[in-house]
Amino acid sequence: MKVGLWRIAHARSGDKADRADIGLFAYDAPTYRVLAREVTAERVAAHFAAICAGPVEVYRLDNLLALKIVLNGALEGGAARSLRMDNLGKTIAAALLRMEIEAPADLPRLGA
Amino acid sequence: MKSVRIGAGLGFYGDSWRPVRASIERGGVRYIASDHLAELTLAILQKDRQKEQSAGFARDAVPMLLDLWPLAARHGVKFVLNAGGLNPEGAREALARAFRDQGWRACIAVVTGDSVLQRFEALRGRGEALAHMDTGADIATVRDRLVFANAYLGARPIAEALAQGADIVLTGRVADAALSLGPIVHELGWRWDDWDRLAQGLVVGHLLECSGQASGGNFGSAGEWARIPDLLHIGYPIAEVFEDGTAVITKAPGTGGRISFDTLRQQLLYEVHDPHAYVSPDVVLDMGTLRLDDEGDDRVRVAGATGARRPDTLKVVAGYHDGWMGTGVIGFSWPDAHAKCVRSAEIIKGLMAERGWPAEDANIEFIGYDSLLGAHADPAHRDDLNECFLRMTVRTSDRRIAEGFGRLFPWLGLSGPPYAGGFHGIERAKELLGIWPTLVERALIEPDIEIDVEAVA
Repeated sequence: MKVGLWRIAHARSGDKADRADIGLFAYDAPTYRVLAREVTAERVAAHFAAICAGPVEVYRLDNLLALKIVLNGALEGGAARSLRMDNLGKTIAAALLRMEIEAPADLPRLGA
Repeated sequence: MKSVRIGAGLGFYGDSWRPVRASIERGGVRYIASDHLAELTLAILQKDRQKEQSAGFARDAVPMLLDLWPLAARHGVKFVLNAGGLNPEGAREALARAFRDQGWRACIAVVTGDSVLQRFEALRGRGEALAHMDTGADIATVRDRLVFANAYLGARPIAEALAQGADIVLTGRVADAALSLGPIVHELGWRWDDWDRLAQGLVVGHLLECSGQASGGNFGSAGEWARIPDLLHIGYPIAEVFEDGTAVITKAPGTGGRISFDTLRQQLLYEVHDPHAYVSPDVVLDMGTLRLDDEGDDRVRVAGATGARRPDTLKVVAGYHDGWMGTGVIGFSWPDAHAKCVRSAEIIKGLMAERGWPAEDANIEFIGYDSLLGAHADPAHRDDLNECFLRMTVRTSDRRIAEGFGRLFPWLGLSGPPYAGGFHGIERAKELLGIWPTLVERALIEPDIEIDVEAVA
């Protein structure tokens, strides 16, 4: 089934120069395995096509049940020259949580 | 086993030091590591310094220490702060004056040598390209527009200042985590090539450098954030670091917020690029081997980080003038709130065209609809919003256009679409800065580092 990441994971984003970075965290190990399979650089790049010139990098951290996602060229050149309201990209993590992935219905956080 | 307790100070210029009091009173800390410099804070300080030569440091340091020092002195707590900004000596002068007025004594050190703007030509002469780290662009394209350029120094000069007896260490630009790593190495006597222990110290510093972000503040989540207790009285993180490199992250008893596996891993990965090679001036950290063991009761044990040899280069971040931003905002109520914002933006664009005002770039956002989520805003209720604000920004090389832009908006109140409200005044032009990260040989910067300790009495 299609599941919004906000239901099964948490995330925080920040900035370094023209690069936005997101930590994406599974609440449990079964969900982490799904995230590691489904949240690929290609899919994240497609999700952020409107703001990210690319490339997108995804790093695995099995020990933290986490993915580190880096969006290169996503901040209009950097916070201090950006015209955007969210020049620091703090809400980019929220935008990621709106992404949907294919996930089994029996993940712990999806329990009835 | 020998250990040292470090408490987080500020996480940025303008952060609150109110929670630091609990860490000193009840947290058993020996040091407060206070980070006043975000990536571009030096640009703000540079503007201050252009107006007044004695400025250029983070102005919150003096009132913070005036408030906390009596308590800190009673508890034997020392401070490490990068509040020196572009003018660490100026920061010490201001602080020393304030301390003398109170009749207080303290040994205050300054660490200098991070500012390399005046040395750029000399560095070029010694073969440094100073090319943009990410794009490879030539520094010549921005050379005459640079406003600051500072190297990220490491923890070593901080540890040396403490060894010389400093109670307060004021630095300019240093790696944020060095503010903690300096006192850790000083207290525990680690070697500067003990990469795994330095890696653990770097993890601790990174967890402490953003104040409340490690203890449940800005806990990025849907729903879970609301279960973090008592943000009003949030406790900033405290680290107890042991001689063998392991550490426990906690906070002062009776404070709000939360220290847990979840809150710490959010901070651990914050503003990190490759987590398997997190580069600092002192060590290169691999976060892929460490463990965060949640022991409950706001205690998490950190162990197992691994480190590799420090790089031969230091990161330098420069800022350069990159035009001016003009901003205009106007709000409308239902009905057709969004449509009225769209129409207003069209009118403003028409005014720009009639005046022949060029703008290299323009941005249109709708506050209450998509100004934060942009393309990820849900369009379902766009045409039936209770209210909506138009925020329009332009980038221009002409300061006068940026100043005039905001003045185009009030006219809409009587001659534009109906039910405009919430006008908050005209926004001034804002200087825009581009950021120029580059790498410079360590050996060309470190000989100019100076540590100066002065007893104020």
